[in-house]
Amino acid sequence: MVPHSLFVCSQQKELTSKKRDEFEDILEERRLSSDLRYAMKCYTPVIYKGLSPCKPNAIKSVVLQSEQVQYVIKQLAKEMGESPDIIQEEAMEILDEMGHSMQLGTVRFFAFTLSKIFKQLFQRVCVNEEGMQRLQRAIQEHPVVLLPSHRSYVDFLMLSYLLYTYDLALPVIAAGIDFLGMKIVGELLRRAGAFFMRRSFGGNRLYWAVFAEYVKTMLRNGYAPIEFFLEGTRSRTAKTLTPKFGLLSIVMEPFFKREVFDTYLVPISISYERILEESLYAYELLGVPKPKESTSGLLKARRILSDNFGTIHIYVGQPVSLRTLASGRINLCPYNLVPRHLPQKPTEDIQEFVSDVAYKMELLQIENMVLSPWVLVAAVLLQNLPAIDFELLIEKTVWLKGLTQAFGGFIEWPDNLCAKKAVMSGLTLHSNIARLVDGHVVLNDKGIEDGAVGEIVFKRALVILMCSTYRNQLLNVFVRPSLVALALQMTRSFRKEEVYSSFSFLRDIFSDEFIFFPGISLKDFEEGCFLLTKCDAIQTTQQEIYPTDKGSVVVSFLSAMFRSFVEGYQLIFRYLSKETKEAFTEKQFIPGVRSFVFQLLEKGTTQCYEALSSDMQKNALAALVQLGAVKKKKMSNGFSYSVNQEAIHKILDVFDARTPVQKPMAARL
Amino acid sequence: MQSKGIMGMTANDFYVQEILKWNGWGYNDSKFIFNKKGQAEFTGKRYRLGGMVLPTFKEWIEKTFGASLEHKTTSRASLNVNDVPPPIVNEEFLQDLRATKISYSQDAEDRVFRAHGHCLHEIFVLREGMFKRIPDIVVWPVCHEDVVKIVELACKHNLCIIPFGGGTSVSSALECPEEEKRTIVSLDTSQMNRILWIDEKNLTACVEAGIIGQDLEKQLSESGFCTGHEPDSMEFSSLGGWVATRASGMKKNIYGNIEDLVIHIKMVTPRGIVEKNCQVPRMSTGPDIHHFIMGSEGTLGVVTEVTIKIRPLPEYQKYGSVVFPNFERGVACLREVAKQRCAPASIRLVDNAQFQFGHALKPQVASIFTSFLDGLKKFYITKFKGFDPNILCVATLLFEGDREKVLQHEKQVYDIATKFGGLAAGEDNGQRGYMLTFVIAYLRDLGLDYYVIGESFETSVPWDRVLDLCRNVKERIVRECKEKGVQFAPFSTCRVTQTYDAGACVYFYFAFNYRGISDPIHVYEEIERAAREEILANGGSLSHHHGVGKLRKRWMKESISDVGLGMLRSVKEYVDPNNIFGNKNLL
Repeated sequence: MVPHSLFVCSQQKELTSKKRDEFEDILEERRLSSDLRYAMKCYTPVIYKGLSPCKPNAIKSVVLQSEQVQYVIKQLAKEMGESPDIIQEEAMEILDEMGHSMQLGTVRFFAFTLSKIFKQLFQRVCVNEEGMQRLQRAIQEHPVVLLPSHRSYVDFLMLSYLLYTYDLALPVIAAGIDFLGMKIVGELLRRAGAFFMRRSFGGNRLYWAVFAEYVKTMLRNGYAPIEFFLEGTRSRTAKTLTPKFGLLSIVMEPFFKREVFDTYLVPISISYERILEESLYAYELLGVPKPKESTSGLLKARRILSDNFGTIHIYVGQPVSLRTLASGRINLCPYNLVPRHLPQKPTEDIQEFVSDVAYKMELLQIENMVLSPWVLVAAVLLQNLPAIDFELLIEKTVWLKGLTQAFGGFIEWPDNLCAKKAVMSGLTLHSNIARLVDGHVVLNDKGIEDGAVGEIVFKRALVILMCSTYRNQLLNVFVRPSLVALALQMTRSFRKEEVYSSFSFLRDIFSDEFIFFPGISLKDFEEGCFLLTKCDAIQTTQQEIYPTDKGSVVVSFLSAMFRSFVEGYQLIFRYLSKETKEAFTEKQFIPGVRSFVFQLLEKGTTQCYEALSSDMQKNALAALVQLGAVKKKKMSNGFSYSVNQEAIHKILDVFDARTPVQKPMAARL
Repeated sequence: MQSKGIMGMTANDFYVQEILKWNGWGYNDSKFIFNKKGQAEFTGKRYRLGGMVLPTFKEWIEKTFGASLEHKTTSRASLNVNDVPPPIVNEEFLQDLRATKISYSQDAEDRVFRAHGHCLHEIFVLREGMFKRIPDIVVWPVCHEDVVKIVELACKHNLCIIPFGGGTSVSSALECPEEEKRTIVSLDTSQMNRILWIDEKNLTACVEAGIIGQDLEKQLSESGFCTGHEPDSMEFSSLGGWVATRASGMKKNIYGNIEDLVIHIKMVTPRGIVEKNCQVPRMSTGPDIHHFIMGSEGTLGVVTEVTIKIRPLPEYQKYGSVVFPNFERGVACLREVAKQRCAPASIRLVDNAQFQFGHALKPQVASIFTSFLDGLKKFYITKFKGFDPNILCVATLLFEGDREKVLQHEKQVYDIATKFGGLAAGEDNGQRGYMLTFVIAYLRDLGLDYYVIGESFETSVPWDRVLDLCRNVKERIVRECKEKGVQFAPFSTCRVTQTYDAGACVYFYFAFNYRGISDPIHVYEEIERAAREEILANGGSLSHHHGVGKLRKRWMKESISDVGLGMLRSVKEYVDPNNIFGNKNLL
């Protein structure tokens, strides 16, 4: 397909010519001068050249009076036999619930308090200044959409804080409606530019129309940069979540309809040396429910203020012109044949394009995501449980650093610290996860010995999941060569086409676990092979791929890195093949598979603690749905799933290498 | 003339070719120059601007294009006959042609004159190069029967005929296909220029298709009538050309476009003559065959006679103009005027850049009093009313009809304008606006002398997309120029020139200084192409009235669908199976 080539080429180019900007610590200045003066500074932000300034409430009335919303109101009034006034009122209520009311006063309040808090929590907040300068130019030129990665609640606070610091227009931020449950805080966020969207409103046409128009109105007027999270929610595993398309397609529409000349999409990668919510996430993944957002909960959490969370790195990527992405790809005819204010379901072409853009943006986030030395330590440690010699750990960490860089990973090694110090500082920062005992590094599982078997398993799982949160940050950098390595092991043959078949099987199976640009399996395979060849791990001929002598270290390390996913998925599939005879819901599936794995762990028949993660469980189920091995049916109260046993067994057989992958793909190689 | 080998004609018949530029637009005696004082001046006496000095124009050019009078390029002074490709004509055909007594010529100048229209690249070739393929022979039929004979001969000898009317095409429609191996006959209709009859009871006139617009109006006016069809090219374009391209006239709001004006068409095709059996206002006899002919761009045959609607000459004409605080308000006003269906004969809205351009073409004022008045007006609009001279825009108006009704109509339109923040800006500004329409075409020749190239293009678009389209196309042009290495920001401007119930016609001017660019025409064409892509992406049409020709062919499929194109092709295949009318336009 021609259109894809644009995306793919640019990816390959980026792979070879990676030049990244330098970082500046913005907290340094904060530690030197008055926070109060900073909060009260003259703030005259750079704004969009075509902006016609208006108040937050004026936007609401523009939205309410817009043809788009009025059309839906009339339509609904007709269908339901209601008076349009009543529906209009409903729309007004939706807008009031949703709309932000950004005020400079509140922004200043945040600027002050966040300065205090950030200085407490973090050692440094590092930003690529060149990225900020590019962003500044972009904001003036065209409407801008900020697309940060989402690992923590700190993300959006930090980003607004950053834009305030650099005198840029503050963004309006799409936030989940749950924040409104928090007294005062919800309203504070609203005044700092957050607008609130309900979690699901697919069926509610009025809500959808009002929401979409609200976002588009702000975008068209260039009112403020629009910020939202492609991942939809905080990734509990620090691994990029597959993108959601709803908001992205909303912000792209004004360009499709040529209501704006262009729109800039700005990928932003925010990485934390230590994630604020790390232990909360681990509990959540293990099924201990996430505490509801509440103000008192927030106040209780203030004890974390005494803790140290290391450094944050924010990399503001190159603004990507939507017009350039769409050039030659989008047939606009359907938009020309229907009045622009009518709600219109996007064509398949458009949907595919939106999905491609979403993946491209996430891949850009991944590419510029800073990896700390600790991330490497965690990856080595997880392969060497229960303990590893400290010196060996350092040696392997340094080795992995080289490999990561060869694969394009973005490692920030603080001030060229010597390896030992870097590893030590990681251990100190993450003493809740690992510690040094008698020259060996072990997981910090204090108090595990004296509990019941179940409790031991649970506590161990907690630490392993926390630790894997850091290793996970490497996975999307490593996934292509690693899947080639895994495929090599699975295939037990060196024939390229067979290796590729296995690769492609794994890529399909893990399509919800890792980020793959849609439809370019072969390119991914070639990239994986290229990287492996680059580090002398494999050799390829026209027909064959085989590991080199010294490459077996790399190959086995890479496959071990993903071992827990292969094993975890197998466990989950086995559960589905054995334990589920009837249709089930997700609510039944997660506890079911959890206790299944739990029992195996208790018995000691598996060591795959990560299979307890509800994230992995959901991803595995989603992959099976996509592969057609599980049928997903929409019911009145959510979805119901039913298993196609034959298909599941086939997949399990392939995993166990009992049968080869049945995919005659050779012709494409 | 006789000496050049033209048979049976008198020099007088070639009057038109003799007084027109061979390498630019319009009359030889009319052009922009810089006089000895370095001031711009328009020569000749044909236009109101003729002989006038334009004191601020030089500065405008320098400011807008970064052009300098010191950097000049000049066209070659005359056609180099040696460069002209030799004619390919077979002797048997010539013998048959002589037997018909129809005039013809194989003279190089005559052939080159009919080898092109007025696209930028065509004029550029005339100034600096030579066409690869030109007509081999020019024929001048004087009546329908002559055309029938020529088409028969062409079929007999398998020749290619390219009909030629006024030669004002801006779609590469007159360019000869380079790969055409057959003899190319340029069929010049200029001698078929009589009004055959006028029917005052039904208000129609039957006219030979070669008549030029201004002659048609002049002759009809002697009987107290007009057609009211006034395309900007009406000084030079022909009735047959209007039919072949689906032309639109400035005053279409009263008189209609060509498809509204035409009652009957007679066309000679290789299959025979196509026409209707009666001359009626409307008929329900399947798809209207006129619509195969209108817009066929010379691919099916030669239009020889047209019965066209006529109207009594209007009793009263009045120009007008309105200043709006910005383009958005102006467009909103035009939309409202269209909605109320009270558009004057003509209503046009120019954007700020074009307003300033018009301003730069203001002649030296005759008296202190006028200049004082101008100053006062300017003060009133900018200081008192708070209009920003760099944002405001102007609508020009032309009313026609009974004096009383015109005044009434005028009031209605001005009342609407007031609602949109418009301020009446006087008759004179309006009239100047329309005069400039004719003069503007001469400017390109001046620009070409100073490294500035440019052209206009047009589209039609639904009302709700007018603003977005104008903004996006202008922005696209600016960007493309930057990307292509154009060193000075281009002049990129538009005006809304026609209003309809459901949309408007938008006209763009685009020009840039090409110093430092090695292949300016190529760069120009790429940018124009990008602009057209932008128009289509914004929901605009491929063309409102210029037509497709060869310049815009590549977008035809996208414009009318595969099946639509097939429908047109099948008509062509039936009417002209041997592609006698082989100008390769449209399809």
